[in-house]
Parts: sequence; structure tokens; C-alpha cells
Amino acid sequence: MTAFKTLSVAMLKGFVRDKVTLFFTFLFPLMFLVIFGLLLRDGGTDKTRIALVGDGPIAAALRDSGALELESYNDVDAAVRKVKDGDLPAALIIRGQQVDVRFAQSDQVQSATVLGIVNGFVDRANLAATGQPPTFTFAAEKVEDASLKPIQFLTPGILSWGVAVSAVFGSALTLVSWRRKQVLRRIRLAPISTASVLSSRILVSTGVALIQGATFIGIASLPVFGLQLSGQWWLAIPLLLLGTIAFFALGMLVGAFAKTEEAASAAANILVLPMAFLSGTFFPVDQAPAWLQTVSKIFPLRHMNDGMLDVLVRGKGIEALVVPGAVLAGFSLVVGFVASRVFKWEE
Amino acid sequence: MTEERSAVVVRDVRKSYGDLKAVDGVSFTVAEGEFFGILGPNGAGKTTTLEIVEGLRKPDSGEVRLLGESPWPRNVELLPRIGVQLQATAFFDKLTAKEQLQTFGALYGVSAGTAADMLELVGLADKANEQENKLSGGQRQRLSIACALVHDPDIVFLDEPTAALDPQARRNLWDVLRAIKERGKTIVYTTHYLDEAEILCDRVAIMDTGRILALDRPAVLVRGLDAPTHVTLQKGVLSVVDASALDGVDEAHEDEVSLTLSTRRPAPVLSALADRGALDGLQVRTATLEDVFLNLTGREYRA
Repeated sequence: MTAFKTLSVAMLKGFVRDKVTLFFTFLFPLMFLVIFGLLLRDGGTDKTRIALVGDGPIAAALRDSGALELESYNDVDAAVRKVKDGDLPAALIIRGQQVDVRFAQSDQVQSATVLGIVNGFVDRANLAATGQPPTFTFAAEKVEDASLKPIQFLTPGILSWGVAVSAVFGSALTLVSWRRKQVLRRIRLAPISTASVLSSRILVSTGVALIQGATFIGIASLPVFGLQLSGQWWLAIPLLLLGTIAFFALGMLVGAFAKTEEAASAAANILVLPMAFLSGTFFPVDQAPAWLQTVSKIFPLRHMNDGMLDVLVRGKGIEALVVPGAVLAGFSLVVGFVASRVFKWEE
Repeated sequence: MTEERSAVVVRDVRKSYGDLKAVDGVSFTVAEGEFFGILGPNGAGKTTTLEIVEGLRKPDSGEVRLLGESPWPRNVELLPRIGVQLQATAFFDKLTAKEQLQTFGALYGVSAGTAADMLELVGLADKANEQENKLSGGQRQRLSIACALVHDPDIVFLDEPTAALDPQARRNLWDVLRAIKERGKTIVYTTHYLDEAEILCDRVAIMDTGRILALDRPAVLVRGLDAPTHVTLQKGVLSVVDASALDGVDEAHEDEVSLTLSTRRPAPVLSALADRGALDGLQVRTATLEDVFLNLTGREYRA
């Protein structure tokens, strides 16, 4: 037990004293969180802005509804020029009872939206003018949908990615450096089981993953970013541990093949970076084409991401851990087994 | 020397890599408490031999016994009784000298306090809190030897501990090696410095191209050469003709600064020189292990 403890402490000290590793474990993922968090802060689709010339009850009703944003101009030419230049999708020109819309035909979706909204308000005004009660009534209400504010999907995504990167690099670089410096041979010549050495290194990696989780979530919860955690956020902890072990195993596999630290780091990047892009680290994967979504299901990071999203921000319960947990555990077993088969004590 | 008292027994060990016979039928025994050197130029097979004895490699054939047990396959019972310093200085990342010792100690279940005491033995007590990569080459070598000794093993294997050190650092290390021998440890070490082995070792095995060419006490090997002793004097003290006429002198020759006499009976030559008051700048050089190597292989020794 003392051997296990001393080894764990030694490896933790080695980790904490290595500035480069600290940077890539904490600051580098945080940079992405901060940059994307701030860039995408006013997320969702913006309201459409159109030019307005003249005024009247219809303009007032439009302004009150907030359906469109109105930018006032004094003369028609200036407003139409804005449309021609492509700065605004449409111009609303009101002269007494006459309401004209001049729209850009390049963006048909936006033009249709503007025409529909304006038409709706004109019809309602006409109906009100007749003094008749409406035959059909219509009411609209907001519904919370599955799409999330950017910080809500960025935090679980970047956390999974950060944990994966530090686990892969941690195990691959330790293994290669120990082999090159013959620390592995020294360990082999000592009466200690490889299981103790391996488990103390995994303990350090999982500890690091938990600290990453606390740091990233803490920073994302600051008012500037505004992350809202759901009730069962602590279900992320078993997921963090399983994810660390899965990517640690992947690192062992990389470390078994790589001869130098440089090669190990290149190989780890080639494995993790594309996986991160395709697994929804930086954008929600449901925006990707269907075939890509299917492909991304083969990546353990995709499942870790899905699980993190579900328990951290979507408020799902323990049932959301079943598939990601099973995938990560299975991945750990298979990759860990292959890694142990191809493991080499010396160069 | 009976085999039961032997710390190391190696019998006809062979190891080939493809066509290269790295170790080609090596046999030797090392008694308990003995300081045993394996010498030879680079590529002689010293390190491979040592690795087979330590249990890091499996020999193609032959037998190894350490303290009566086989080191291959990995023998967990035996491991606490042997200490190994490897050629590369194997350390954990970013740890101080003291932490390195404590971590290696932990692999053997040695307490942190005992481990830290080893710094004293190798003269690194004042470097306890320095990180390993900040130490000088000689200090790192001493630290790596301390790491090999941390669990108080009976046999210590050192692979070229003095390689690539400056002369002062080498001499400091000799003191460390002597201190280890004082503690009654059996030491097996490889070196390509023949002069050093002659000073430190009880017995040496001279290796070349995978074979042991000679094995004995350094003094016995040198004496067995029947090589002449060279006596050098300042030029002008004696003429070449007079020198050649002295009793016991086989040959005399002179260069710009000195007169050199070759003799197989140095005693009468030296007393004759003393009688003539011709001892100015006197130097006596006897044969060394390098001459033994030259004699065995027919080529100059090049480390």
C-alpha cells in the first residue's frame, strides 16, 4: 500500500511540476471554452432587422410585438439602397394607408418571413377596422426545445475533450518516456506488480479529470458565460472516471507503438482531434449531416459527450448513463487488452 | 571457493542477435563480498552479459545462478536481493534527488526515511532538494547508484558507472564504490577503463567479441605477461651506452627529453642507478591491463 501511495504521489508531483502538461490539461481547453463561450454568447437566431420609412398604427403594432426589428429612415431611396447593398433584407414603406415592402430576392427565406409577418399585421389591422369579431382565433406559446444555448453544449463537449486529451497524452507520454529512460526496466527489476504501477498512474489521471471537471464547470457557471447545470449533474462523475480509463487505455496503445515522445504526441493528436470535431465538442453533432452522425457513433468521445450533455444540462437521470457507460467500459476492455498484448518493456 | 558461497555463477552463457554472437560462451563465478569487473571495449558483450545475469534477458543457452536461484524468468523472490544501476540514468520525471530515492525505495517497500539516508553514502546530502535534471553528470551517476542500493541488496550490478565522467567525478565515484564494498556487498560492474578496474577490482574478466579472454586478479594478469618494466630518466643523466651496459638492462633508447631503459629485473637496475646518483626524474612504469589486452588480442586497447 505504501508503494502504491508513494508512486501516486511521485507521479502527481511530476504532473504538477510540468508546466507544459498543466497548460494542455487546463488552460488550453479553457481557452476554447472562453473563446467559443464569448463568441457564441448571443446565440440562437437573431431577429430580422428591416428598414422603415414613415410611421402609423401598423408600424407601432410591429414594434410592440418585437417580431421584427425596425430601423427608421427618412427617405425611401436611402432605405431601398440598404436593401440593394444587401445590408438589410427588406424595407417597409408606409404612406398613410398604403403599406409597401421592397425585399431583396437573394435571401428568399428571410424575405418570406418578413412578407409573412407584415402581411399578418396588415390583415389584423384590416379585420380590426371592420369591427367584426374574428371567426377563427389563434394563440401562440413558447416551448423549451431540445436545442441549447451555446455554453450549454460547449461545456460538456469541451470537458469531455479536455479529459480525453489529458488521459491519452498522460498515459502515452509516460509510457514512452519511461521506456526510453529505462524506468520501465527498473520497475521490472523491482518486486512490485505492474498492476500497482498501472493503477497508481490511472489514479493520478482520474484525479486530474475530476479537477478538470470542477474547474471547467466552475468557470462556465460564471455570469459572463451563464452555464445552467441540471439537477443530477453529479452523474457526470462516474462518466468522467469511465472516460478517463477509456482514453488512458487508448494512450497505452499509442505508447506501445510509439518509439519517441514526439511520435506518441503526433499519434495521439491524430486520434483525438478528428474525434473531437466529429463528436460534438465544438458544435452540436445534430447539426451535422446524418451520415456523419452515424459515423461519429463509433467514437467513444461521441458517447461520452452525449452522456455529459444529458446529465449536465438536459436534466436526464441515471438511465442516460447506460449507453455511454457501456460503450466506454467496452472500449476500455478491448483497447486495454490489445495494449497489454502489444506492450513492450524495452525499445 | 565453493559454489554454495558464490554470489554469482555463470555457466557457458550464449546469446546471439541474428548472426552476431553478442555473448559467446561466457562462464565465471563471483564470490560473496567480491568486487568483480567485466572489462572490454564497446561492443565486447559486457552489457548483454550483465543483462542476462540480472535477469533482464533470456540467454539462448547456458545457466545463471544468483545466490543459488535463477534470475529468469522474472524471479520476484530474488529481486529484493539484487540492486541494478542501468546504463541510461533511469529517473522519474521532475522529482528531486530525495524524491527519486524515496520513490525507488517504495518499489521495494523501503521507508522514506531510510531511502533519504542513502544520499549521505553517495555524498549528495546537500543536493537532496535539487531536481534530478539540475544535477551534474557525476551527481546523477551517484544518485542512480544510490537508487540501486536503496533497498540494501546483497549483490549490486553497475553498468559503466564511470563512463562519460570527468577525472575528478570518476575519482569521487571510486570512493563511493569502495564504501559500498566496505559494507560487504558483492559488486559486479562493467567498465571500459582498464586503469580503473586495476585499482578497484578484486578480480577482472577481460572480454572481447563476446568471449572472456582472461579472468584473474589484475596483478596476476599483469605479472603473467612477463612484460618488461620501463625505467625513465632525465636525458643527459646517463649516456645510452653506459645505460645499456648496466646489469639487467635489456634495451636502452633516448629521445629529446628522456632516456628509457627496458628491464625484466628492475631491482639490480634501480640499485645500480642509485649507486651512480642517477635518479633525477626517475619514473618506473610496469605493465598494465592495457598491455594484457594488447597481448591477448594483438591490437591496441581502444575504449
